[in-house]
Amino acid sequence: MNLKSKDLLGLKDLSGQEIEYILDTAKTMKYVINSNSKKTPHLQGKSIVTLFYENSTRTRLSFELASKYMSSSSANISASVSSVAKGESLIDTGRTIDMMGTDVIIIRHPQSGAPHLLAKHVKASVINAGDGMNEHPTQALLDMFTIREKKGTLKGLKVAILGDIYHSRVARSNIWGLTKMGAEVSLAGPATLLPPGIEKTGARVYSTIHEALIDADVVMSLRLQLERQKKALFPSIREYSRFFGLDDNRLKLAKKDALIMHPGPINRGVELTSQVADHDNSVINEQVTNGVAVRMALLYLLTRRGANEAAD
Amino acid sequence: MKLLIKKGHIVDAKTGIEGIYDLLVENGRIAGISENICEEGCEIIDASGKYVLPGLVDAHCHLRDPGYEFKEDIESGTRSAAKGGFTSVACMPNTNPVADNESVIRYIINKAKQEGCVNVYPVGAITKGQKGEELAEIGELKFAGAVAVSDDGKPVKSSSLMKKAMQYASMFGIAVISHCEDTDLAEEGVMNEGYLSTVMGLKGIPSAAETTMVARELILSEYLDIPIHIAHISTALSVELIRNAKKRGVKVTCETCPHYFSLTDEACSGYNTNAKVNPPLGTDKDVQAIIAGIADDTIDIIATDHAPHHADEKNVEFSLAASGIVGFETAFPLAFTNLVRPGTIPMMKLVEKMCLNPSRLLGINKGTLEPGSSADITIIDTERLFTVDPSKFASKSKNSPFGGFRLYGSVWGTIVNGKPVVSEGVLL
Repeated sequence: MNLKSKDLLGLKDLSGQEIEYILDTAKTMKYVINSNSKKTPHLQGKSIVTLFYENSTRTRLSFELASKYMSSSSANISASVSSVAKGESLIDTGRTIDMMGTDVIIIRHPQSGAPHLLAKHVKASVINAGDGMNEHPTQALLDMFTIREKKGTLKGLKVAILGDIYHSRVARSNIWGLTKMGAEVSLAGPATLLPPGIEKTGARVYSTIHEALIDADVVMSLRLQLERQKKALFPSIREYSRFFGLDDNRLKLAKKDALIMHPGPINRGVELTSQVADHDNSVINEQVTNGVAVRMALLYLLTRRGANEAAD
Repeated sequence: MKLLIKKGHIVDAKTGIEGIYDLLVENGRIAGISENICEEGCEIIDASGKYVLPGLVDAHCHLRDPGYEFKEDIESGTRSAAKGGFTSVACMPNTNPVADNESVIRYIINKAKQEGCVNVYPVGAITKGQKGEELAEIGELKFAGAVAVSDDGKPVKSSSLMKKAMQYASMFGIAVISHCEDTDLAEEGVMNEGYLSTVMGLKGIPSAAETTMVARELILSEYLDIPIHIAHISTALSVELIRNAKKRGVKVTCETCPHYFSLTDEACSGYNTNAKVNPPLGTDKDVQAIIAGIADDTIDIIATDHAPHHADEKNVEFSLAASGIVGFETAFPLAFTNLVRPGTIPMMKLVEKMCLNPSRLLGINKGTLEPGSSADITIIDTERLFTVDPSKFASKSKNSPFGGFRLYGSVWGTIVNGKPVVSEGVLL
C-alpha cells in the first residue's frame, strides 16, 4: 500500500485505511527506537529539511531524530536566521530548498494553509508539522498510536478533548483522525474558545467539562495559551482552572482506566493539576516516544512512495 | 459622425423603452430611437439578436492610480471596464496619496481624459488620509469633481465623526458611501466565520461585523434625515435591516457585488486566495437573501468593487493575501446568468441597477438611452455561452475566483460618448 498523496498536509484528507497503515508502520519503528542500535537504512540517500517558522522543541527534535535514526541527510532552517527574515516569500524559499534535491520538507508555520501552498510549488514531499490553527497531523497520529497501543483499538472509544479548541490545531487533527477511526469525540471548553460549527465535524460539544468527561476512555487536555486572557477570551487563569481545569475529582467522572494525554508543553495547575499530569494513567511521556516512531513511519512511507513511482 | 445601431433589443430604465428598435447616435449623443431609422452616411452596427443597453455605470471600483500602478492604472483599468461593458466608473479614494484633496482628484480626472477609454468619476475621502480623525475638505473635493465621498476599504469608526460627515456632505449635496465593518468584531479575521473557517483553521469575520455598522448608519441616517449609501452589502441581516429601514422611509440606498450573489465561503476552500475579499463571501443563506434583496429593490445597485491585486500579493499564505476580486470583466455576465436568465429579475431591473441607479447616486447624467443624453451604450450577446479566462482580462490583475465559470451575457460592444471602444468583444 502507498499513501495517496505526495504530502501529509492534514488528517482531513487521509482515509481511515491510510491512518491505520501509518500506525501499523509506526509500530515497527518503535522497536527500532527501543533497540540498542538506533539506526536503520530506510532513509539512506534521502535528504530531509525542517523549515520552521515558529518555535518548537519537541516536534522539531522528534522529526530530526526520526530522520537521523533512519540514516538520512538532514538539515534545519529557522525562519528567524534565514532569508525569510529578509522578506523572501514562502514559495521562493520552498523552491530554493527543492532545487537542492530535497526529498521531504517538514514545515511549521503560523499561517493556516502554508504547507498546502508550499506543497503546490515543490516536487518534494511536504509534511505539515503544524500550521496556524488548522492541523498538526503528526501530533494526532502519535496520539492515536498511543491510544491504540494502550487500548488495542480506537473504534468505539470515547475521547474527551478539553480546553482551547478554537486555537488548537492538535484538536482539529485529532477530531478528523479519531472520528475516521470510529472513536467518539466529545469536546468541552469555554464558549469563547469553541470554534463555530465544530459539531458538524461529528464531534459532540458540551458546555461543561463534566458532561464531556463522563465514561471517557481517553482524556486529552490542551495547552492554554496564557496570552489569550488579554483578548478577553477568558477572565483569569484562576477562573479557567476552576471551571475547565482537570483535577483528580473531575477525572473520577471518566472511566477508571482512562488515559490522560496532553500534547505538551504543560501549564501545570492551569489546564491540569500536577497530580493528574503525573497520574499512573498519564501517558504524556510515552506520547513523546511515540512521536518519533510515527514520524519515522511517515518519512519512510512518503519517501518510499517516490521510489515506487520512479520504478513504475 | 453618425452611428446607427440596427435592430437591437433596447432596454432603458429611465424612459421605460423596451423592444426591438434602431438607435441613432449623432455627435456623441443619442439622436433617436425608433422602429426603422434610415440615415445616410452612417456607420452601421447590426445588433439583431443582441441587447442594446445604456452603458453600464459602476458606482464602486478601484483603479489604483495614483500609487499602486503595479496593480492597475487608469489606462488598464478603464480598458478592463470597457471590456466589461462599463462606460462610466466611480473610483474609490484609497490610492497613494489618498484622494482626500483637490489635487489628487484633478490628477485622476486629467489622467482619465488623456489615457482613459471610459468616463472616470473619482470618489473623494470622507476623512483626511482615510484615518477617521478629521474631515477631508469635502467642499473642495466636490468642486474638483468628486462625485461622492467614502473611506472605502476602511470604515469610519467614530460614530460622531460619521454623523458630522453626513451633515457636512449633505450641505454640498454629495453622496456619502459607507464601508460597513466593525473592525473590533472583525479582529484579524480573513474569511466568513463559520464551519469552513473552523475546519480551515482560519480566523473568522462574524457577519455581525458588517451588520452592526449597517445598523449604525441606518440609525444616523434616520436621526439626521440625511441620505446614506451603504457599500457592498453581503449579509442576510444587512438586507433585512435595510429593507425594514426603507419601509420606515429612511433615505438609504445600497449596493451589492456579483460575488455576493454568485459565491459562498466554499470558494475559499483549498486556501483559494482569489476568493479572499472584504466583506468576506458568506453562506448560502446570505446569497439567497442578497438575491431576494435585489429582486424586491431593497438593493438598489449592483457594483463591481473591482479590486485588482498583483499576483505576488495573492500567491501567498491565505491570511497574508490581499483582499479583493477584479470585477469589471465578469460583473454583467454574472448578473445576467445568475439573476436574469433564471427569471429572478427582468432585464429592465438589471439595467436599473447597473445603469440608472448608480448614475442617480453619483449625480451624473448617465445610465440612460434617452434622446439627448451622451451616447454611452453597451451591446450584449446573451445567447453565447463562454468560459471565463482571467489570463485574458484587460486588467493588469487577474485575481478572479471565476476562472473556468461558464456564463452567458458576454459584452459584444461598448460605445463611449458615441465612439466604439469594444467591438465583437475585442478592445479597439
